[in-house]
Amino acid sequence: MAPAATATSVASAVNLQPGPTYTVTRTHGPYDYNAYAISEGKTLFNQFNCTGCHSNGGGGMGPPLMDDKWIYGSDPASVFATIMEGRPNGMPSWRGRIPDYQVWRLVAYVRSMSGQASKDASSGRDDHMFTKESEQRLDELKPRQASTPQLR
Amino acid sequence: MMNAERGFRIATSIVAASAVACGGNEFVLDPAGPQAGRVTDLWWYMFAVAAIVWVLVVAALLYAARHGHGRDVPDQSDETNDRLRRPVSIAAGITVLVLVATLIYDVTAGEALASLPRDKALRIKITGHQWWWEIQYMDPVSGNQVSTANEIHIPTGEPVQIIGSSADVIHSFWIPNLAGKKDLIPGHATAMWLQADKPGIYRGQCAEFCGHQHAKMAVLVMAESRQQFNSWYNSQLQPAAPPPDSMSKTGEKIFMSKGCPLCHTVGGTMAQGHIGPPLTHIGSSYTLAAGTLKNTRGNLAGWIVDPQRIKPGVRMPPNDLAGPELQALLSYLESLR
Repeated sequence: MAPAATATSVASAVNLQPGPTYTVTRTHGPYDYNAYAISEGKTLFNQFNCTGCHSNGGGGMGPPLMDDKWIYGSDPASVFATIMEGRPNGMPSWRGRIPDYQVWRLVAYVRSMSGQASKDASSGRDDHMFTKESEQRLDELKPRQASTPQLR
Repeated sequence: MMNAERGFRIATSIVAASAVACGGNEFVLDPAGPQAGRVTDLWWYMFAVAAIVWVLVVAALLYAARHGHGRDVPDQSDETNDRLRRPVSIAAGITVLVLVATLIYDVTAGEALASLPRDKALRIKITGHQWWWEIQYMDPVSGNQVSTANEIHIPTGEPVQIIGSSADVIHSFWIPNLAGKKDLIPGHATAMWLQADKPGIYRGQCAEFCGHQHAKMAVLVMAESRQQFNSWYNSQLQPAAPPPDSMSKTGEKIFMSKGCPLCHTVGGTMAQGHIGPPLTHIGSSYTLAAGTLKNTRGNLAGWIVDPQRIKPGVRMPPNDLAGPELQALLSYLESLR
């Protein structure tokens, strides 16, 4: 429950539009080295139906999460804000519905999908048939800035 | 001698006391249906055989200790061997016969447990979750299925088929008064039969270690007359009752605007989560959190605010609610009967 204190201050600083001036210091999330929290995050990712839009990371209605492209920032605070406040073009806000500590667990898992969390702590298996290599086997992808998807 | 006698008396009174204490609604030797009856018969048969064998062995041991006393060298002469061949062969033969008889009894009992008349039997799907039981009545008529949790109502005198599975790890379904254990395995359906001949409430407990709160994963079977069962079933088929007063109306709004619908279902509303137990008729259930607490307003409040204190590790998160919000939410949940 410790991260809750930092959560509010982070979550209110939302930058809705990505841009070159938006710089963040790269920090580790509270659960990046916590295997239990990451596997809980993985369970919650399925149970809260994140898979409905993001699939198992490959993306669908929502953007893929297992690649190196980040529209709204790859650092834990930005991912937290994305989940808490939502983002344009479909990402809903989960503030008030999912408690802070569970959001942080989701953050750790989402980051582990592209190798951003510690390899030692990332999941080594899936509860269902393997559709891709487990997070533990992934090489860390260097995050790069991607633009908001354009509606055509 | 006095000490031995006293020890024996204490031991028998402990056995008798624990038998009385265990008797009742979660006890193998108090069968309430044909399945459990067969298990109990088998148990008594094995107990009797083991008791007789034990008495005979101890008697033979004492006899040998008394009469063999003082002999320096074991008597290995041909005459003694010839004399002993017969009784030893007979004893070995009896042992084999007893084991074969037990095997036959065991297999026939198992066979009988595995089958009950299948026609028109009530089918119930039970899914184990960490740490609660999901109960689904698989009525063949579309729209007649009932989903509930942790409390199974069954009509007395009728065979019930249980289809078991698990959503996460291996659990085991065991109602000692009604039938033997059946493991609930993820991704695999197991089937068993049970029947309750006496009406009553029978308690069961997950019988396969399944994680942190394995001990707080209880299930109740309510065996009742067909009429009572039908009226219960019809009430369960109804969607949630609309909130009767303004306080529970506020509670409903709070329920829907917080995290509750992410995990829980309330029939007939937008809350359709399937991670936690359905709450459509939570007001009429006997217990909360799979037999952990009695269903009272105070317990429900404690559970909602800080479930991790009552059942550490449970999936339900703590809920930060203001006093009036909590009271309204409680009124709403209590109205869901």
